[in-house]
Amino acid sequence: MEQTPYEYDVLVVGAGGAGLRAAIEASAAGASCGVICKSLLGKAHTVMAEGGMAAAIGNVDERDDWKVHVTDTLRGGQYLSNPKMAEIHAKEAPERALELEAWGALFDRTKDGRILQRNFGGHRYPRLAHVGDRTGLEMIRTLQDHGIHRGIDFHMEYTVFRLLLDDGRVAGALAYDRERGRFRVYRAKSVVLATGGIGRAFKITSNSWEYTGDGHTLAYDAGADLIDMEFVQFHPTGMVWPPSVRGILVTEGVRGEGGILLNSDGERFMFDDIPPLYKDQTADSAEEGWRYVVGDRDARRPPELLTRDHVARCIVDQIKAGKGSPHGGVYLDIAWIKEKISNSEEHIRKKLPSMYHQFKELAGLDITKERMEVGPTTHYVMGGVRVDAESQMSSVPGLYAAGECAAGLHGANRLGGNSLSDLLVFGKRAGEYAAAFAREQGDVRLDEAAVEAGMKEALEPLEREGGEGPYQIQHELQDLMQEKVGIVRIESELEEAIEEIGRLSDRAKAVSAPGNREYNPGWHTALDLHPLLVVSEAVARAGLLRRESRGAQFRDDYPQKDEHFGKVIIRAAKGADGEMVVEEMPVEPMSDELTRLVEEMG
Amino acid sequence: MAATEFRIWRQDGAEGEGGYRDYTTDVTEGMVVLDAVHQIQAESANDLAVRWNCKAGKCGSCSAEVNGNPRLMCMTRMSDLPTDRPVTVEPMRAFPVIRDLVCDVSWNYEVKKKIAPFEPRPPDAEDGTWRIAQEDVERVQEFRKCIECFLCQDVCHVLRDHHLHDEFVGPRFFVYNAALEMHPLDTRDRLASLKQDEGIGYCNITKCCTKVCPEHITITDNAIIPLKERVVSEFYDPLKRLFRVFSGGSRA
Repeated sequence: MEQTPYEYDVLVVGAGGAGLRAAIEASAAGASCGVICKSLLGKAHTVMAEGGMAAAIGNVDERDDWKVHVTDTLRGGQYLSNPKMAEIHAKEAPERALELEAWGALFDRTKDGRILQRNFGGHRYPRLAHVGDRTGLEMIRTLQDHGIHRGIDFHMEYTVFRLLLDDGRVAGALAYDRERGRFRVYRAKSVVLATGGIGRAFKITSNSWEYTGDGHTLAYDAGADLIDMEFVQFHPTGMVWPPSVRGILVTEGVRGEGGILLNSDGERFMFDDIPPLYKDQTADSAEEGWRYVVGDRDARRPPELLTRDHVARCIVDQIKAGKGSPHGGVYLDIAWIKEKISNSEEHIRKKLPSMYHQFKELAGLDITKERMEVGPTTHYVMGGVRVDAESQMSSVPGLYAAGECAAGLHGANRLGGNSLSDLLVFGKRAGEYAAAFAREQGDVRLDEAAVEAGMKEALEPLEREGGEGPYQIQHELQDLMQEKVGIVRIESELEEAIEEIGRLSDRAKAVSAPGNREYNPGWHTALDLHPLLVVSEAVARAGLLRRESRGAQFRDDYPQKDEHFGKVIIRAAKGADGEMVVEEMPVEPMSDELTRLVEEMG
Repeated sequence: MAATEFRIWRQDGAEGEGGYRDYTTDVTEGMVVLDAVHQIQAESANDLAVRWNCKAGKCGSCSAEVNGNPRLMCMTRMSDLPTDRPVTVEPMRAFPVIRDLVCDVSWNYEVKKKIAPFEPRPPDAEDGTWRIAQEDVERVQEFRKCIECFLCQDVCHVLRDHHLHDEFVGPRFFVYNAALEMHPLDTRDRLASLKQDEGIGYCNITKCCTKVCPEHITITDNAIIPLKERVVSEFYDPLKRLFRVFSGGSRA
């Protein structure tokens, strides 16, 4: 073998919230642990999370508890979530939030000095622990600064492109050094995937370049199942102008603080379409909505705080009806609260500092005085690796997944704030169980032939001359997914998309990336094409099979929910011939206790 | 749309000879420098190395020197730059170049490990947590806003010109120290280390770091000067020194 392998009990791929939390836990359990990340430490996508972390601590409204949280999550996910995961998540999130505080995180406070919680879409009570609108930074920095003193090895700016197996069990990984282009072989008794999402498969996205579906594809190639891939969350409010910032996120916190959505006629259109499932929980009037924002416990939430799937679709409808803003969005107005509070400008700057900053610097717009223009942006994938609810292990022994690259918690639609808590709750569990697996299952053997073959294949784009460049294929794929596998889907377009993805896959096998191996973005992009194409195919095929509209999936040809599809989830896996197989499987059954809870809470 | 000229630093590996190369690309409304660099990368320099991530000023990856000023490329709008001459883009000069615009900032990660981590006092509320006033949180939140872009390190003359990397940790880590020292729950004392190992005395408060901070942290006034004052009163206060002589205290 060319290199001596790095050896760990537990290898974690990804250093966002889930990866760091997993590594800290594995290390605490006595496992030797290495973390591989594509960026520098502390730059992972978690850093961009704004609004907060959902945890039913009940500091602001003592009526809140895990039971309300789990029912909110299941309702938000249109009852396709793995109920056991939703239950574990709701029960353990408060402990994970408080633990973060013990490691140095400083959340905003209530008047009596406890962690303050804010309103967010789909959460019945104020539930999100937050730090202004930079909660993700607080979280990742806390985990990073805690983690670097825990004996964990960090391998920064490495990309894992292949998992290694030993007789069906995971045995390690193959990575390349982004800076210098050298390969590295890792041998590990268990592997935790915590690679985040797939947003880069779409043209308009709030996601960074890292989100190329690596973990999804590593697991898929190793034989694990992907589920729920049709459910891609389009966040209702991304920036739309200027063009170069299109897609950058505008936090739901703006609406949590009283921001309202308006069309070009100045109508507050969200009042016009309130889904039956949420009728009882939604304000009847603007006046009641405002009372909710300022903490009146008898008031119901304004319709801007309905779930993201619904708000995004309402915005698309306005734009289609010709009531959009000049640059193809709608208006989001927080400045209007000056009618309600005297120091509104200062209040907005304090509650939403990075939004103020972002619009001021990138769009030359003052959100304390002017309306923002916003539109949907690809934000999150509910789908991912199918894992065991308790342990987070996939169907491949020793292979775990946590955070966005795992699936099950969010079902058809994720509630805002449930991601940061997901990362911590299931990151911790993955680390714990991966360490136990490593301890119990003993050593693994590396398949040297697979290592050699993997490296040889990865070098092909560099060595191939005269082929097409990788960027062209990446851009075509992003346009295709945006256009045909986006917010509104239809059978004929999904079929066309699947065919086109096949053609792009063939072209991807013949790309050339000129230059040498050191920090060569062309080469990196060439290697990113495979994961991007795999996840794109999974999204399109699962979207085609689900002939209904539910949660994040909207089918123009099947605009209603369908009873049958309310009982099944869709699984994608690699067939014996290497082709993707997509099929239905039953939703995980709900315990009697949860069933009762759901009935009680309505 | 306007064709704009760029002079971008190209360097083939750490040992390679570096130099500027000229490129032209079309600049459209709202574009930032990072967009232009990406466009050049896609159009005419597929192997141009640039480090970036969130493209929203939140991660601190795309630090570089634009027309000689340390900036985040993603937050530097093209419309704010003069158009009568080429836009110069080069890597941060206080760190070794890996390739083109990407430099080796690993030293910063090593430095951080040496600073004593957070250690809270025991929980004081009945429920096993802490009560903290919002104003105490806010005092520290300024420092916790830091996105670790290392632009302050790039511009600090103690590092950039005098290369005192072994004796001086730089503004970023004084901000980090300040966040810990002023954390309402922290119990550690980092003053001896600040004085002896981290070289806070080398800072002569020229405030260059404060000027370049994209998060507008008042690094010098709010972090460094208060830490310097604490160090001074701990080690140079005549009464404390006298006390130490008699008590046999080891700190000096």
